[in-house]
Amino acid sequence: MDKVSVNAISVDRLAKRFEDVQAVADASFEVLQGELFGFLGPNGAGKTTTINMLTGLARPDAGTVRISGIDCTQNPKAAQHLTGVVPDESNLYPELTGFDNLCFCAALYGMNKKKRKARARELLETFGLAQAADRKFAGYSKGMKRKLTIAAGIIHDPTILFLDEPTTGIDVASARQIRQLIADLHQAGTTILLTTHYIEEAERLCGRIAFIVQGRIVRIDTVGNLLQPIQERHVMQLAVSNPDFSLHDKLAEAFPNQIFKTLPGGLIRVEAGEPIRVGPLVRLLEEQGAEVNEARRVQPSLEDVFVKITGIEAAAMRKEKEKKGGGGL
Amino acid sequence: MKWWIAFWNILVKDMRSYYLKPPNISWGLIFPLAWTGMFFIKSGSGLEGVLSMLPGVVVVSILFGTTSMLSVTVTFEKKGKSFDRLLLAPISLELLMLAKTSGAILFGAANAFIPIILAAFLTDLSQAVWSAAVPAIFLLAVTSTFLGLFIAVSVSEVFEAQTFSNFFRFPMVFLCGLFFPIERLPVFLRPLSYVLPPTYGADILQGAFGAGNALPMPIDFVLLIVFSTGLFLLSLRNIRRRWII
Ligand SMILES: Nc1ncnc2c1ncn2[C@@H]1O[C@H](COP(=O)(O)OP(=O)(O)OP(=O)(O)O)[C@@H](O)[C@H]1O
Ligand SMILES: [Mg+2]
Repeated sequence: MDKVSVNAISVDRLAKRFEDVQAVADASFEVLQGELFGFLGPNGAGKTTTINMLTGLARPDAGTVRISGIDCTQNPKAAQHLTGVVPDESNLYPELTGFDNLCFCAALYGMNKKKRKARARELLETFGLAQAADRKFAGYSKGMKRKLTIAAGIIHDPTILFLDEPTTGIDVASARQIRQLIADLHQAGTTILLTTHYIEEAERLCGRIAFIVQGRIVRIDTVGNLLQPIQERHVMQLAVSNPDFSLHDKLAEAFPNQIFKTLPGGLIRVEAGEPIRVGPLVRLLEEQGAEVNEARRVQPSLEDVFVKITGIEAAAMRKEKEKKGGGGL
Repeated sequence: MKWWIAFWNILVKDMRSYYLKPPNISWGLIFPLAWTGMFFIKSGSGLEGVLSMLPGVVVVSILFGTTSMLSVTVTFEKKGKSFDRLLLAPISLELLMLAKTSGAILFGAANAFIPIILAAFLTDLSQAVWSAAVPAIFLLAVTSTFLGLFIAVSVSEVFEAQTFSNFFRFPMVFLCGLFFPIERLPVFLRPLSYVLPPTYGADILQGAFGAGNALPMPIDFVLLIVFSTGLFLLSLRNIRRRWII
């Protein structure tokens, strides 16, 4: 088999512009069969636009798209029988019941009546929605809507699944459940392209991750490789009860091999290439009249990598998103 | 891919969600009734007048029954994003749009038979040429549905679709030769009549119900088919250009 047919998704130099916004610029990446690939980026990075171009809801200005080896650049319909899409907004029919919505979606893929009904029941069971099967979709809660939208996206057992922010805007327990379902689908062999702005979600679920900022993919790598350089770093966090603005400079002066950063809430972050000794730090701080309440070693996470590579503060990204729709881990 | 399963289920869903809803059924009944009554009273010609009014009432019922529905089944679903789900399905755009419009075509044709059934009680329809009337009704339903579709895919908001369809519908009612024979219209309005598809459907119906047609029927039929095909293709082009951006 040639290389192309091995890739579930091959994207080469994809670009899309909306009037004055370059939504996606020169994006190239490949997703292997069975892989769970993450697209991580802030609002407006171009995640949804990329998915739309891959699934046939948007036309690329330039570049090529191959799904399972089929060139879909000119004819986006060519591979739609292989793909399932869970959009960022629930787009089922409000006037239909959960069960009817699923049966309708199955019919769009040519499934016969008996199979549709069996599959709809099975998925309602899996997603814990069996009780609500005969209620109208309009009356579902946000989390229930999200789950049914995911169920609708996989009703025809797609080999490649696009998930656009599956856990945004829903409560912690439902988000965890959905993450488990995604992991199960991946286990069962489905290729998944997942977009998210929750770094922890990407870290926990994905094999490889693409960081996308302002339409550009700035880095693609496995979670392990992304974390590796940062894992060789040592990070500590000190909680100080009466911090003072001059502390940062004094610390930097006294410990030139360490990098200090003042965080909100009286936290000081210390980073170094070698193990950090707490004693001298605490002593200096206390000499300056600050009270150290806690000193804790911090496991470097993908968040640090993301901040380092993109220059975007993860907390800011999360906050901006949650303004839109709640949610979290 | 068993495309007919998708086609049939799209049609059935629209039927259940939109066309068979009580408000629509009553609209479909009341509207032709009201028009019939209005024409009847205005003509003041007694029961013999029923036959001469029939083509007009049929055309108006079809026109209003079909065009008003597309703003809901298409524009509204696009706005609510559920239309994207259809665009993601592995069926061709042609098949998808035929499925989305066949409900309106059936609804429009059904609306047309309400005044006909009424007229059958009031007057003698035994002389009517059904072999011309039935295909004409069907083609009128197709053409005005595709006109509604063309409007629905050329706008983004439901209210725009409704406004635009009135913009087309009312002139059509007055210019298609039902109220005033086309040859009695001011000269500058006559070309307009001939670019409006209902003109040709009305002409066939007038022939079929005994009032005499102005153009040979085959020409009327061909023109109706040309109009429907043209409007359908234009609509597909607009969907591809405006919605798959
Ligand atoms: N239909 C459109 N018309 C005009 N601009 C658009 C359109 N769709 C997207 N954009 C712009 O393209 C850019 C990328 O948008 P996109 O929705 O792909 O981002 P995203 O990464 O999915 O963001 P989010 O996390 O908010 O969902 C944004 O600047 C957006 O405003
Ligand atoms: Mg998005």
